[in-house]
Amino acid sequence: MMPIGRFGPYGGRFVPETLMHALEELEGACSTIIPSEGFRTEIEYYLKEYAGRPTPLTFCRNISRDLSCRVYLKREDLLHSGAHKLNNALGQALLARHMGKSRVIAETGAGQHGVATAIAGAVLGLSVDVYMGIDDMERQEMNVARMHMLGARVIPVRSGSRTLKDAINEALRDWVANVQDTHYLIGSVVGPHPFPSMVRNFQTVIGKEIRSQIMEREGRLPEAMVACVGGGSNAIGMFHPFLHEPVRLFGAEAGGEGLSGRHGATLCGGTPGVLHGSYTYLMQDAFGQILESHSISAGLDYPGVGPEHSFLKDEGRVIYMPVTDEEAVDSFLYLSRMEGIIPALESAHAVALARKISEDLETDEILIINLSGRGDKDVEQVARVLEVGHGSF
Amino acid sequence: MAPFRPADRLARAFQNRKGPLLVTCTIAGDPDYDQSRAVILALADAGADIIEIVMPFSDPVADGPVIQAAGARALVAGMNTDRLFSLIREVRKEVIVPILIMSYANIIIQRGIEAFYKEAGRAGADGVVVADVPFEEAGPFCRAARKSGIDQILFISQTTTPERLEKILGSASGFIYLVAALGVTGTRDGITHEAISLLRRVKESSPLPVVPGFGISSADHVRAYARAGADGVIVGSAIVGLVGDNAGRGMEMESAISSFVGELKAAASQGYRGIPPETVPGTKLT
Repeated sequence: MMPIGRFGPYGGRFVPETLMHALEELEGACSTIIPSEGFRTEIEYYLKEYAGRPTPLTFCRNISRDLSCRVYLKREDLLHSGAHKLNNALGQALLARHMGKSRVIAETGAGQHGVATAIAGAVLGLSVDVYMGIDDMERQEMNVARMHMLGARVIPVRSGSRTLKDAINEALRDWVANVQDTHYLIGSVVGPHPFPSMVRNFQTVIGKEIRSQIMEREGRLPEAMVACVGGGSNAIGMFHPFLHEPVRLFGAEAGGEGLSGRHGATLCGGTPGVLHGSYTYLMQDAFGQILESHSISAGLDYPGVGPEHSFLKDEGRVIYMPVTDEEAVDSFLYLSRMEGIIPALESAHAVALARKISEDLETDEILIINLSGRGDKDVEQVARVLEVGHGSF
Repeated sequence: MAPFRPADRLARAFQNRKGPLLVTCTIAGDPDYDQSRAVILALADAGADIIEIVMPFSDPVADGPVIQAAGARALVAGMNTDRLFSLIREVRKEVIVPILIMSYANIIIQRGIEAFYKEAGRAGADGVVVADVPFEEAGPFCRAARKSGIDQILFISQTTTPERLEKILGSASGFIYLVAALGVTGTRDGITHEAISLLRRVKESSPLPVVPGFGISSADHVRAYARAGADGVIVGSAIVGLVGDNAGRGMEMESAISSFVGELKAAASQGYRGIPPETVPGTKLT
């Protein structure tokens, strides 16, 4: 049996002593409050009536013809807020309220988790402070404005790489100082136990819906599923209900400029170590200093990854592959033009990997892509990239 | 003759103390290797009882802005684990007081936990403190420390429950690092009543010396803790800040360190002579 909070050797609780009590308290809440009927009724209500679940599973006629297999999209882009992040934000915000915490803090990269937390805080009456790297604030201006409008405070992070990694550092520092009245609403399946399993449990609604939707539509499970992996919450939410089924699972990592250049493909190009409270694959130098990641997509620009993904990689249960910035932009346009759906740049990585693995699939085989978010936030950035790069669309 | 075990140096320092020990922190390699060596020697000359050398990590979540900035300076100037051990080896030739290494889990794990402690012991370190290794994850670190004859220092904080306190006291060695303030390292205005009462509570049950750190930055703070019965005090950011302010100015740096450490030392023995912290002038209990 695995020790508490471990996925094989990965996971754990590498945090300052001051946070241990808060983690124990949270662990207690996970085993008492979350399974209670009252909490389940409440979260189901918010997911259905407020956030718009279940999200559709859309059959893509044009892409299916193009890729010669049956392609479906799980439409997390249609969830209120425009991304899967709200599943977790609502769950944790409700939990924080049950735990008597009046304030939540969050980190955000692309801004989607910050927006989701701001939304959850607004509707549930919690005060929200979001840490965001100044580089990310620049490339995701619209989401910064959304957070402000939703009543959240956005705190710029100027340390280190000024992206997601440093936003998490600052959120952890805030939490250590304000642990008594504050809940750290972490946005992915990263961090110390119990965050990776708690966030996963809030996101498995994605995989559970896929299972019943595909059974209804096709009467059988898919051959393959693809999701993008930064921290890995949309991927684990999709994969988890299928881990013990004969379904091939693929994770698309941020290949950036390619693995020999700057990238964010932690599982493909990293080694195990400790960052942000857990033992997991990281991008680091020989002395254990964390390296800066790079991705065109702020949401995948992170030199760590959820510890359960590290375990699934070692087990060979999920195949993780890098997708370059260029391939992601190409698939951003591909999905937009083929199906009239503009994906988030993060999700465009999953589309790009799906196009590659479709080569191994027969025409009647089913491939499901997790479309984790919509691309409105990335439209300007992609337009700029295309102007600089190729001169035209 | 029995081999000299480095751990003896730390235990003896506490046994022979005439007042609370002054633990001074400095960042290895800040602002560069040579100046860092000079800082360590200056701390020892000025009368520091224990020197804590921080091996910087790129993502120091337990540290405030002063130590973050110093760590970043040191890393840019080329500090790494190889150089940490050679720095300790070099200063050990001249420094007789105990030396502690403070760092983060990943620095030690990438070296190999056993290898790190072995090298630390050989270089002349007496103890290791790891900011992000709580009791639950400390097993392999404590075992490696014992094997190399050095101490694994564990933390106790205001949020540590009585059950955890008992477990931590069971596996710590050397002394207990009391996290005297919630939050990250850095200077603070006053000392809280919570910190003083935590110190008294831990002192009651701890067989090991109890040494507060976090937010201790002035002679008044030192006096207050001395009076409350601390076995030592850890001064970090205030010294690290002095080094940053005087980078590149050798003489000024040494004299700044010397006068500040001298002041803290005097406060430690003064407080120990028995002035209640509530009546120490200028000590704000918040």
